[in-house]
Amino acid sequence: MKTETLIRLLAADNTQPVTPIGRSLAAAFTMGGSVSVLLFVLTMHPRADITAALYTPRFVSKLLICLSLAGAAAILLIRAARPLPSRRLSIIAIPLLLLIVAIVIELSVMPASTWLPRLIGRNARHCLSLIPLLSLAPAASVLIALTRGAPLRPALAGAAAGLVAGGFGAVLYGLTCPDDSPLFVGTWYTLAIGAVATASAWVGNRLLRW
Amino acid sequence: MVAAVTNSAVLTMGRVESAGPSERERRWTALMEESLQGDASAYQQLLVLLTVALRNVVRSRARAAGLDAEDVVQEVLLALHLKRGTWIEGTPVAPWVAAIARNKIVDALRRRGQRIEIPIESVIESLWIDTTADEGQAHDLERLLGRLSERQREVVRTVSLEGYSAQEAAARLRMSEGAVRVTLHRSLKTLAAFFRAVPHED
Repeated sequence: MKTETLIRLLAADNTQPVTPIGRSLAAAFTMGGSVSVLLFVLTMHPRADITAALYTPRFVSKLLICLSLAGAAAILLIRAARPLPSRRLSIIAIPLLLLIVAIVIELSVMPASTWLPRLIGRNARHCLSLIPLLSLAPAASVLIALTRGAPLRPALAGAAAGLVAGGFGAVLYGLTCPDDSPLFVGTWYTLAIGAVATASAWVGNRLLRW
Repeated sequence: MVAAVTNSAVLTMGRVESAGPSERERRWTALMEESLQGDASAYQQLLVLLTVALRNVVRSRARAAGLDAEDVVQEVLLALHLKRGTWIEGTPVAPWVAAIARNKIVDALRRRGQRIEIPIESVIESLWIDTTADEGQAHDLERLLGRLSERQREVVRTVSLEGYSAQEAAARLRMSEGAVRVTLHRSLKTLAAFFRAVPHED
């Protein structure tokens, strides 16, 4: 086929406005995120002391860390969805730094004898199963939207999708979870979100080649 | 309906264009913005200009690997098309084109068992070369077309004759305009997937 003919075909396929990748990703996240919110509303409930908890630094820092993860990962995601080498991927270190600060403060204000019980908490098993469950829909929808992207590194793009979804799932789960210690968050939330990101990176590496 | 620009006229514009990089970048950006609004005529002009530049990018690198340059040019064009939503308005077009071209060239060479590093800067430089290479022989696309379904092949063939007026193609194929558009788009996606999966044959 002559290149001229191919060009004519491509032009014929360009008669509608094209949706920018950022908008596709945002729409996909909104859709998947809504499914998770619905799942949360239908099957879970916020912890009984949620109003009081909003005034405690541990609960607030827990939500802030998860929110900042979702936000930083969203920026990473939009960069990773493009074919250009992306700079400043280190933005993803921000939530990690917040977590480390919270852990250091916790260790300095709490006696050593309480560290282990606080780390183990009461709900590790819930945390490990419900965060992935609440992340599932947004991770899947964002991964599907990413197939319209052109990621330079498909695994990285997949991981970013998993971190956005995992961070969001963790915010939802955080509303019902009674364990607020940064020691607990740093262990179990990190494990759960890490598992989501790893699975998503694995899928991305296969699904997102172009 | 946008007025059709004949291919030969556009090709001539591509040939005589010898503006410097910044002038060219401005022109590409303007055409790209119009294209993403769904302007098929602007898009066709842009692709013709990009093809001239892409031949300079691909030629030396493909020839060194024993590949037919025009096949790689066509694969890059297809990728640029399917991924045009990843260009962000207000950012320069050339680095984006170079990034996609580089990815596809590396891919094409890898399928030939060659792993090479191509710095993106060198690709951008080649985009600005001012010579106009002739169209080379292309083989892959013709062969891959044979693997589309009957219906897809029919749509592709008809549209390639009629140009971007899907109306006429639809009338001739007795399909709805929407069905023609969808089939064409799927065919292009399938062709791109074929390109990825099949090693180049000699």
